[in-house]
Amino acid sequence: MSAPVRVLVIDDEPAIRRLLRTSLAAEGYEVIDAATGEEGLTAFARARFDVVLLDLGLPDIEGRDVIRRIREKGLTPIIVLSIRSDERGKVEALDAGADDYVTKPVGMDELNARLRAALRHRLQQQGEEPLFTSGALRVDLVRRHVSVNGAEVKLSPKEYDLLRLLVMHAGKVLTHQHIMREVWGGTTDVQYLRIYVRQLRQKIEADPQRPALIQTESGVGYRLRLED
Amino acid sequence: MANTETSERDQRPSPDALLRQATSEGKGRLKIFLGAAPGVGKTFKMLSAAQAARGEGIDVVVGIVETHGREETRVLLDGLELVPRRRVDYKDHALEEMDLDAILARRPTLVLVDELAHTNAPGSRHPKRYLDVEELLAAGIDVYTTLNIQHVESLNDVVAQITQIRVRETVPDGILDRADDIEVVDLSPDDLIERLREGKVYVPAEAERALRNYFKPGNLTALRELALRRTAQRVDEQMVTYMRAHAISGPWAAGDRVLVGIGEDRASLGLVRYTKRIADRLHAPWTALFIETARHHRLDEAARDRVADALRLAERLGGQAVTLPGRRVAEEIAAYAAANNVTQIVIGKSARPRWVERLRGSIVHDLLRQAGPISVHVIAGEAAAPAAPKSVEAAAPKVKFEPSSYLFAFGIVAAALGVALALQEFLNVLNVALVFLMGVLVVAARSGLWPSLFACALSVLAYNFFFLPPLYTMTVADPENVLAMVAFLVAALIGSNLAAGIRSQAVAARARARVTEELLAFSRKLAGVATLDDLLWATAYQIAAMLKLRVVILMPEAAGLVVKAGYPPEDALDGADIAAAKWSWAHNHPAGRGSDTLPGAKRLFLPLRTARGAVGVLGLDRETPGLLLTPDSRRLLDALMDLAALAIERIHLQADLDSVRLQAESERLRAALLTSISHDLGTPLASIIGSASSLKSVGTRYDEAQRDGLVTTILEEAERLNRFVGNLLDMTKLEAGAIAPKREPVDLGEVVGTALQRAGRVLANHRVAVDLPSDLPMLTLDYVLFEQVLFNLLDNAAKYAPAASLITLAAQRRGDMVQIDVLDEGEGIPPDQLDRIFDKFHRTREGDRRRPGTGLGLAICRGFVSAMGGTIRARNRADRHGADFVIEFPVPAGRAEAA
Repeated sequence: MSAPVRVLVIDDEPAIRRLLRTSLAAEGYEVIDAATGEEGLTAFARARFDVVLLDLGLPDIEGRDVIRRIREKGLTPIIVLSIRSDERGKVEALDAGADDYVTKPVGMDELNARLRAALRHRLQQQGEEPLFTSGALRVDLVRRHVSVNGAEVKLSPKEYDLLRLLVMHAGKVLTHQHIMREVWGGTTDVQYLRIYVRQLRQKIEADPQRPALIQTESGVGYRLRLED
Repeated sequence: MANTETSERDQRPSPDALLRQATSEGKGRLKIFLGAAPGVGKTFKMLSAAQAARGEGIDVVVGIVETHGREETRVLLDGLELVPRRRVDYKDHALEEMDLDAILARRPTLVLVDELAHTNAPGSRHPKRYLDVEELLAAGIDVYTTLNIQHVESLNDVVAQITQIRVRETVPDGILDRADDIEVVDLSPDDLIERLREGKVYVPAEAERALRNYFKPGNLTALRELALRRTAQRVDEQMVTYMRAHAISGPWAAGDRVLVGIGEDRASLGLVRYTKRIADRLHAPWTALFIETARHHRLDEAARDRVADALRLAERLGGQAVTLPGRRVAEEIAAYAAANNVTQIVIGKSARPRWVERLRGSIVHDLLRQAGPISVHVIAGEAAAPAAPKSVEAAAPKVKFEPSSYLFAFGIVAAALGVALALQEFLNVLNVALVFLMGVLVVAARSGLWPSLFACALSVLAYNFFFLPPLYTMTVADPENVLAMVAFLVAALIGSNLAAGIRSQAVAARARARVTEELLAFSRKLAGVATLDDLLWATAYQIAAMLKLRVVILMPEAAGLVVKAGYPPEDALDGADIAAAKWSWAHNHPAGRGSDTLPGAKRLFLPLRTARGAVGVLGLDRETPGLLLTPDSRRLLDALMDLAALAIERIHLQADLDSVRLQAESERLRAALLTSISHDLGTPLASIIGSASSLKSVGTRYDEAQRDGLVTTILEEAERLNRFVGNLLDMTKLEAGAIAPKREPVDLGEVVGTALQRAGRVLANHRVAVDLPSDLPMLTLDYVLFEQVLFNLLDNAAKYAPAASLITLAAQRRGDMVQIDVLDEGEGIPPDQLDRIFDKFHRTREGDRRRPGTGLGLAICRGFVSAMGGTIRARNRADRHGADFVIEFPVPAGRAEAA
């Protein structure tokens, strides 16, 4: 991309805004910031943005509503800044349409990685890449073919559905509810999801005890790692 | 003997005792040389014994012996084989330790291991030397070792109190109990001090200091007594084991046990007090025994009261009160004494006249004959003082007039008359009397004495009227018939007396059994009651129900005596009642209705006494006029009040203890909170501010590496601060009860994975092993909380275990539980802190050796785990140095297990 990536930061803390502005600019992003939800939505309506960084604890509008109103206008990736041990807030934000979250206080390395992943995820969705690779894993969505290190892996239909969903949203956090709705049509126990994730990991992870591909987001859901 | 059954049972060897003996066979024998203080000559004694053993051709080696530069000790080492010590390098020091493996390889018969309480250098196989000794014993090698009394775990506190110095190296009491032989190396305090002065224990400068502190004569005397007492206790236990294993009947002279036999005479109270005094002198447990013979039921009320009082007095004075049924008093006392290892029997001198003794035998003489090896003290009665008359008048037991039983008697006599008339053709006139006699006995057995006397009179009249010539008159012509009539009368009187007596005993026994049952049920109920209010209500209800009385219980509060409970519920007392209640409370004496103080009150008030004095008053009344209590109900009331008082005292003691503990705890917490906040918030902030300000002022003059160092400091300290704030937040939530676990099926492998990932930076300097079987069931947990628990445990392990050591995370299924272990290879946890380690702000080490940390992590672990329905505890690893944190969760019922 030739044009700089434009980031909209919506946060009411001046110190955080200054920090993000300085450090993201240093990484080559173009940063616009807003102190309230309304201000942020106005800015979003006025110009094109590649990604939105949104704090959930805004003084004027609920974070969920900001997400919903951005989603009415398009698929711009939204990364939520949330506080520790607020799993419910994270899940709600993701269900409302956010793409990812980071927990404050956040290190700049991690934020950078998440921004890159969100942007790539957008490309993945737009391009509808039929062939997905991450590490040793290779998934061909057209031929329904899965291989690890070149060796074919046999998956049950449900396992494949699960993997396919993760691949289609690679890099993005999918909540338990979302996955169960998409794969099982909603009416299932989170226990089955965990069992299938475990089986899937046994088949595709190098060390299922320390999964590198299907990552657990504690209390929220799962994410398929995108290759950097 | 009356209790042959029980004695036969007791004389079979007890399985436990045999088992204990069996487990010690095939192992080496342990001999401990126990001393009261350093310098009494334990090592010297041990070496002398070893030389003697060597002289007998036994294969002896020296595992480790410290001569402390004492020449006399060193000389004794001559000729003994020394196993070379193992050198351990630890923090620039070269330490020397006993070489366990070399000894095991050498396999001597006997090994000498000095200083049992020694703590091994880090990196040794066992953290403590006594564990090495256990391994030697298990290998079948005999061990001689030395130990000072202050190192015995259970005496640690006592010794610290005496000497003001707390010893950190302790050995568990179990090793003393396991020792096959203990030799006390005894030296009088004066001799020991003399040895110190002569420089035989320490070098002079040290000796001088030791003399001023530890080796004060008072200290030494107390320590010496402790050593001797602990050994005596050990010996006592051993003897009981031996006796049980060999089924030898007692007594065995191993500590005294005193028994006092009490009777219904006035001397009993004095006997009980006397026994208490000698038991105290002997430091012995004691028992008051009353043998309840058939005669007891015929005693008057005053005598039965005296027995009850004596038994109650024994319990109040700390003895045990026992009542046994039996026929021959002396025999029963002797049998009880033999069965319970009694060594001394106290008994009162008989007050019976000589001729009675000739006739019925003397208990004292019988007992002296039957007591065998047990000493019997015969005490002259302090009988002269008559028992104080009861200040509450008790109603005489009423004999109820029941017309129905007289009607029954009349009917039976009429029936007997009918039968006699029908049979008179076949019977001679004297045998007819037997028909009437039978009738009288039937009445006596069913209705008691008075109806049977009534039947007896009727029968005589009927017999005379219908059968004795001249017939149908009340006169008797034949003198032979007069004799028959008199004989009938005597037979009927004796028969009905006997039958009625048996009946009354049966009735009394039934009533007693019922009362006993109810008392038992009441005491069980009280044992389960936790609050004073519940206890008082239960007591009021029980007394009201058992005695058919109205009950109130009053207790002192700031405003004076207040009704705390009552049955039926009532809280209004009139003026006279209040006055009587107050008097009773103030004088610790009964007052009110039926007593000799303020008898005009509606209620009778009795003080509720515990061993620590009166705690309240009990008020009793009844709708109907008359006296409230019969002697029986009075005794029952005493029993109920005793039970209640004991329970009240238990609750009071508990409350006192709780409040003291609470206060101490809150003070400790306040201090710990201040330290923690000033240290854990202050330190990282200081580094951050320092680094940031120097970056700002001179930033450009630093080179790349220096700037990077400062920035890294800022980052790491900020992360530490972040963890601390997170912990504080978790703790606050826990304490506010704001933790509501969201429980769902969790795959252990998954949560372990995320915890390890999160702890990646913390664990950077350690190796980590994960050991999870693939067939573990899912657990119902809060994923996020449990991940935090694992993170905190890993963080803790990383903090306390040396770099590059192995941290292991393991799980296994155990029946209905899943056990998760976090194991490290650090120094482990001091045994006395295993429980307290989960306390808020608790840290195993204070002062300079403090590790950075908040003292909150483990408290949070415990809070989270128990909120999720699990348990967590800490222990030291058995296989090596290191701590093991054990979490257990139940396997959810009915959950499908993961494939």
